[in-house]
Amino acid sequence: MLLINISGVLLIALIVWWFWLYKPQEIEVTNNKMVIRIENGVYSPAHIKVKADKAAVLTFIRTDSSPCSATLLIPGLEMSQEIPLNKETVITLPPLAAGEYPFHCSMQMYRGVIKSE
Amino acid sequence: MGYSAIDSTQEHASLEQPPDSIELIIEGAGCASCVGKIEAALTSVTGVQQAEMNFAARTVTVSGQAESSALIQAIEQAGYNARVVQSNSEAELLDEKEHADLAYYKTLMWKMWIGLALGLPLMIYGLIGGDMTVTTTNERLAWLLVGALTFSVMFFAGKHFFVGAWQSFKNHSANMDTLIALGTGTAWVYSMAVIAVPDLIPDMARHVYFEATAMIIGLINLGLALEVKARGRTSEAIKRLIGLQPKTASVLRDDIELDIPIEQVLLHDIVRVRPGEKIPVDGVIQEGQTAIDESMLTGEPMPVVKNTGDEVTTGTLNKTGSILFKATRVGKDTALAQIIKMVKRAQNSKPPIGRLADVISAYFVPVVMITAVISALAWLNFGPEPALAFAIVSATTVLIIACPCALGLATPMSVMVGVGKAAEAGVLIRNGAALQTASKITAMVLDKTGTITEGAPKVTDIVVANGLTEESILQLAASMESSSEHPLALAIVESAVEKGLSLNRAENFNAIAGHGAEATIQSQRLLLGNEKLMHDRNIDISGYIETAQQLAREAKTPVYFAIDEQLAAVIAVADPIKHDSIDAIKRLQANGIRVVMLTGDNRLTAKAVAEKVGITEFFAEVLPEDKAKKVAELQQQGEIVGMTGDGINDAPALALANVGFAIGTGTDVAIESADITLMRGSLHGLADAVAVSKATLRNIKQNLFGAFIYNVAGVPFAAGVLYPFFGLLLSPVIAGAAMAFSSLTVVMNANRLRLFKAKDH
Repeated sequence: MLLINISGVLLIALIVWWFWLYKPQEIEVTNNKMVIRIENGVYSPAHIKVKADKAAVLTFIRTDSSPCSATLLIPGLEMSQEIPLNKETVITLPPLAAGEYPFHCSMQMYRGVIKSE
Repeated sequence: MGYSAIDSTQEHASLEQPPDSIELIIEGAGCASCVGKIEAALTSVTGVQQAEMNFAARTVTVSGQAESSALIQAIEQAGYNARVVQSNSEAELLDEKEHADLAYYKTLMWKMWIGLALGLPLMIYGLIGGDMTVTTTNERLAWLLVGALTFSVMFFAGKHFFVGAWQSFKNHSANMDTLIALGTGTAWVYSMAVIAVPDLIPDMARHVYFEATAMIIGLINLGLALEVKARGRTSEAIKRLIGLQPKTASVLRDDIELDIPIEQVLLHDIVRVRPGEKIPVDGVIQEGQTAIDESMLTGEPMPVVKNTGDEVTTGTLNKTGSILFKATRVGKDTALAQIIKMVKRAQNSKPPIGRLADVISAYFVPVVMITAVISALAWLNFGPEPALAFAIVSATTVLIIACPCALGLATPMSVMVGVGKAAEAGVLIRNGAALQTASKITAMVLDKTGTITEGAPKVTDIVVANGLTEESILQLAASMESSSEHPLALAIVESAVEKGLSLNRAENFNAIAGHGAEATIQSQRLLLGNEKLMHDRNIDISGYIETAQQLAREAKTPVYFAIDEQLAAVIAVADPIKHDSIDAIKRLQANGIRVVMLTGDNRLTAKAVAEKVGITEFFAEVLPEDKAKKVAELQQQGEIVGMTGDGINDAPALALANVGFAIGTGTDVAIESADITLMRGSLHGLADAVAVSKATLRNIKQNLFGAFIYNVAGVPFAAGVLYPFFGLLLSPVIAGAAMAFSSLTVVMNANRLRLFKAKDH
């Protein structure tokens, strides 16, 4: 029983670490352009890095039919954009001050972060 | 980058290469000889195989593999302008979205049937007392077959949950898929373990839960399918707006009338619209007179008469006459396109009330996972036998019942419907924050001129003194004043024109500064002016001085009109109160809102107007720059202030107020200038805006409350907190049904807002 309890506590610790404490690697935007796919319930890549004070062009391609993924919101930039299925949707980010700008779908089931530095 | 949307079937190639053909609109091509020049310019661009111009339509189709920017540059170098035909109009995008949603709905329904086809018989078998435990070898083999069938259900009907969960997991995030995959996966793995290694599992816990896995997958697919359907209805308002724009337009080019797609209408094209047709682009009437129904944009039920020089707006309906107008705004620049853009943006923005739900959503799924682990441990440590089975059931049920979607949907769904509903009433709400604040307004500041009143002085009374008819008096007075530019004179002339009276030529016109004017018409000596002018000319007005004073007390400006040295009439001019201002102000006051009037006019006029519309609190002789101070004073008294003005003189006050309302005249809206724009002049728009905001916020609160309570009560119940007291433990299948329908309930509740009706007026 002790072993089971220890395993349970370790599992909880693992959940906390994996979902909250771990800082995933950001993918850097090259030539100020990046393609982000929306498929299978995620943005891919979801953690992206842009150069501060430089505009960047993000092209979203959605192949995921879930209605939630049809809207992209970037609350920090007051941006909301419909993303049609199986189409390229180009979003031009203005030059951003250093900081983190989360983006997500309408219900926040799909999440990502733009890190500007 | 390519210049148009591309199918995913060729997405890799398409990202790098433009499509095979592209259509451009050419501007500035006035002669047929331009065709050769443009085609030659295009074929010289690398990658172009062929360029073919349709001169009548001013379009050119280019085939090959060239970038649109290179093509446009080549045309510009040849001396013309060009732009790409927007292949994806709002209507097309909407159409595609509806097709995609329908296809998704059908797929989900199929998946539901696959899940239920296995889950239902298994569940019924269990319910009628069938043995779901594994003891003999034959039972092991039979259940192994069922396990394999359940795996097929998971693969064919639930694969998207598992793939989504895995992808999220790799991204260090978790969502609804994670919970469903973990819940159904746990039930299946445990059941398979019972079959594969029964000896490792206590006798009493050798129970299989394949029915739970199959049923949950079926039910959640059903919930998602119904949600897709219900979501479609939340965007009805935007569909209606998009549907207003006709698909084609009749354009006159080189004296030939062409029916062309709306995307090809150019700036300054002359467009013909016949009675019963919709206005295809924004423009200014060049020829003809008509009445136009603008109710679909402004909510104003009365058609508006339009003459040469008046503006017409895309999507409105031409009722009576045939008109020719010059296109002044086309494509994405039309007022309708701007309204659609604004409504869409507002529909996707979130009011502050949703922030708490957002914070909770961000932590929700891992917290549920931790709760499931704690629940399993609690059962294993303290639960009765079979503790392992109880632990598995409770963990699975916790994972399945928790519904982050209901929380995530609560606010956006209501905002979507509420903002759309407001747009239907001619109220454009800029964002979710404005919507929320508008619902809490306690004081409404109204500017008098142009807001409560028409903003254009008119003749309101003609008290005849000499036996002529009112019309004859007005005709004579207007004829003499047609040479004057005084505001009173303009009001008299305009009133006569409105009544269709023809004006005669006045002779010897003489303006008497500060007093009035005189002139001669057909040998009649006419004199129009104030009391002093009449006294100076020895005209007896003694019987009408009281009449004039009474008119002044009613906020009107009286003038005397004499013919051949005899008083003919007292004419009163005033800025009339809009016909529905009194009712609309009553509606606001009935909502408990303190209504305050501000005006630059004198106290007497202000008092008269305020009394007439039922406002007890007013400030007269307020300079435009002092309006903001009055707003600040009210805020210091603790009021949440709405300020309504025309958006020009009142800009600082509008900006300072908690919610700034700009009153549009017709469809000429200052979309970006205020928190809320009223598309028509009526103050009912204000009352509508407040009513729809209150209804939306109430709806959001119901949704949030429901979603919170559902999760806060559901998760502990699923974990088994009621078991020690009442012996109650929730079945994972019931949890699956509850979860599937909880988010559907939120969408359906938001849809109830569609039934909201602004008060008839």
